[in-house]
Amino acid sequence: MFDDFLVRAMLASVGVALAAAPLGCFVIWRRMAYFGDATAHAAVLGIALSLTLSVPIFAGVLVVCLLMAIMVSSLTGRGFAMDTMLGVASHSSLAIGLVAVSFLSGVRIDLMSYLFGDILAVGHMDLMVIWGGALIVLGLIVWRWSGLLLSTLNSDLALASGFNPKQEQLILTIALAIVVAVAIKVVGVLLIAAMLIVPAATARTFSSTPEAMAIIAACLGVFCGISGLQASYLMDTPTGPTIVCVSAFLFIVTNLVVRILPLNGLTKKNS
Amino acid sequence: MLIKCDKLSVHFGKRKVLSNINLSVNPQEIVTVLGPNGSGKTTLFKTLIGALHPSSGVLKKKPGLKIGYVPQRLHIDETLPMTVKRFMNLPSGHSANTVADALDHAGVPHLDKQQIMDLSGGQFQRVLLARALLGNPDLLLLDEATQGLDHRGSADFYRQIASVRDKLGCAIVMISHELHVVMRQTDRVICLNGHICCQGKPETVSDSPEYHALFGLDKESEAALYLHQGHHPHTQTKQPSYV
Repeated sequence: MFDDFLVRAMLASVGVALAAAPLGCFVIWRRMAYFGDATAHAAVLGIALSLTLSVPIFAGVLVVCLLMAIMVSSLTGRGFAMDTMLGVASHSSLAIGLVAVSFLSGVRIDLMSYLFGDILAVGHMDLMVIWGGALIVLGLIVWRWSGLLLSTLNSDLALASGFNPKQEQLILTIALAIVVAVAIKVVGVLLIAAMLIVPAATARTFSSTPEAMAIIAACLGVFCGISGLQASYLMDTPTGPTIVCVSAFLFIVTNLVVRILPLNGLTKKNS
Repeated sequence: MLIKCDKLSVHFGKRKVLSNINLSVNPQEIVTVLGPNGSGKTTLFKTLIGALHPSSGVLKKKPGLKIGYVPQRLHIDETLPMTVKRFMNLPSGHSANTVADALDHAGVPHLDKQQIMDLSGGQFQRVLLARALLGNPDLLLLDEATQGLDHRGSADFYRQIASVRDKLGCAIVMISHELHVVMRQTDRVICLNGHICCQGKPETVSDSPEYHALFGLDKESEAALYLHQGHHPHTQTKQPSYV
């Protein structure tokens, strides 16, 4: 069954969605959306370095993303705001990565497949890397849940309860780097942030607790992954962007329905 | 002795915010810290809970000391859905009865299903108090916990604090502007202005020249200011937060 490329593609998108959507909740709560974007851009530099040094893409991307995140975190606050540092790091690593790739004359690479993903070419090895990374991220989130949540809520409350907010921030940064590294094959560098944020943003509408939001986000992510893959098969469209289109469509529809339904209720009562 | 500061100093960069603080808190004692804006009250608290590190001096805590902390102001991002019940069970779970009792002690029963976002400032402050009571703390730290409460509310709140001390047997250190309101409930008052200006029983402190010098008041204008603040709560200046 793993020999069918469509089955492998489906498993890959489910794996990425399961890890990305709950992590995306923290990205939303902590207002780190731009951070996720910047980490994804740094991945281009990671890809270039991996190809130059002939190491697995996953490893190169992971290292570069972590380095960028740590550099941004440590330079922030010394006269630079977080978004300034992110802007510098994100776009320079994207540019350096694109320039570096152009030097690789000996290697034939399809840059488009890294920018927008190549989910239909997912192999057995890719599948193992994706699920390994996804399980590590999910494990980190479940294991550190209380500390992560409390640090997100208020760092003083976290400190008073014996948590170290800086350590929790580091855990989130590592999880983010892992998700970016495993998601490249599925949706590509440019659309990873969408996998993180869109299902979580859709889930916010239906959630009264943080746990509910994370679980609903994961379910929505998996649903969008599977239905996006089917839609791209039927319509012969690029798979990564189709998955993101389905998520965005769901976000728009749920928000419209939530805005319109109470209004209907009101007019019915009035009439 | 629950907690002891010995010649404690705290710097922000080159600026000295607290210098040479000698302070100890005994079990079941209620201590009120008074001081003008920028006198380092919040800094002292953040040092006590470990959010800031002293640049010199020693901070000793009784081994296994449990601190309940009620922060001054808390912003909860509206993107984070959170019911009162879930908030009370963070980071560790408690039985429904324990949570209900704590909310009851703090004067906000039946709020558990509400979203934190929808609470008024006063309600939220009481939920924070209830949450701080859950772990049966040895020491309760309250950072201007009556912000957002009216005078009657403040007085009720401080009576509640005194009864919490009697029931749970914890020591309480609180920051307040309102010596008159807290006077009856407090055992010891500490006047802070970068250093400890004076300390002692509330009656002694309110009569001391250091206290009047610190707040720039004589007795009559103090009463007038107190009344004035009563009618115009919006004219009260807010303590800047440093972190």
